[in-house]
Amino acid sequence: MKSSIVIIIFFALGIFLGYFVDAEMLKSDDKLSTYALHFLLFLIGISIGADLKVFRIIKKLHYRILFVPVSVIAGTFIGVASVSFLFESISLNECLAVGSGFGYYSLSSIYITELRGETLGVIALLSNIIREVITLIGSPFLTKYFGNLAPIASGGATSMDTTLPIITRYSGKEYAVIAVFSGTVLTIIVPFTVTLFLS
Amino acid sequence: MNSVILFLFLGALLGYFIREKKNILRHLDKVTFCSVLALLFLLGSSVGRNPVIIMNLHNLGIQALILSVAAVAGSAVISLAVYRLFFKDNGIDEK
Repeated sequence: MKSSIVIIIFFALGIFLGYFVDAEMLKSDDKLSTYALHFLLFLIGISIGADLKVFRIIKKLHYRILFVPVSVIAGTFIGVASVSFLFESISLNECLAVGSGFGYYSLSSIYITELRGETLGVIALLSNIIREVITLIGSPFLTKYFGNLAPIASGGATSMDTTLPIITRYSGKEYAVIAVFSGTVLTIIVPFTVTLFLS
Repeated sequence: MNSVILFLFLGALLGYFIREKKNILRHLDKVTFCSVLALLFLLGSSVGRNPVIIMNLHNLGIQALILSVAAVAGSAVISLAVYRLFFKDNGIDEK
């Protein structure tokens, strides 16, 4: 819990800085976050490589590892569809398209903006950012009440990169391989699912 | 996408060779957590400097929030079922 609060504080500080500090000063940000992400992936790689148990897990899990991304897809669609009646201006298909981003906000919002305009594009962007933030902040809660796969399910496509460290932290590093697998599968299908619902 | 696999692989390779060096590996979690903080700070700053997001935050934000909570809740429930059926008692958990 303490670490979640520290995370929120850093996120809020980032928003504050981004909003008030001259944008020119932050132009190198995107590159910087790419480097930070690569560094993080490298660190996670070290913890995987140092623990050979991970390779035994893939062998042991075998076909069962496929159930993870499938449960994310099914769960997201069921969840999003069941609240779609709340919105007057967003159709069921549009809700499903937003959900189909699975947290991959950059790609899904670009696709959705092109197919349905900026409003739904911004909703997709925010919704998928929030999905990532919920995973980053809520993982201790998720593992406690929904089991060790829940942060992976919540993270969706982000479970292979940005939320991977937090998943590793709360579900255990045995789940890092499952998270990377699930996140990779979801990242690959995002362009297909998003366009499927909007064509 | 390819860079994700590349950096994971490079890390895993290094990790494999230093797997006996427990005094180095002990600090790994702390360094990892600090990088998470850095990444979140950067994500925050890119949200903060995007005027489109800031201007529409209150209107679209609520709709987006409902959709993301529903998506996370649905996924968490289904994943709990999968966890109980296929993962829990298969010795993957550390404890």
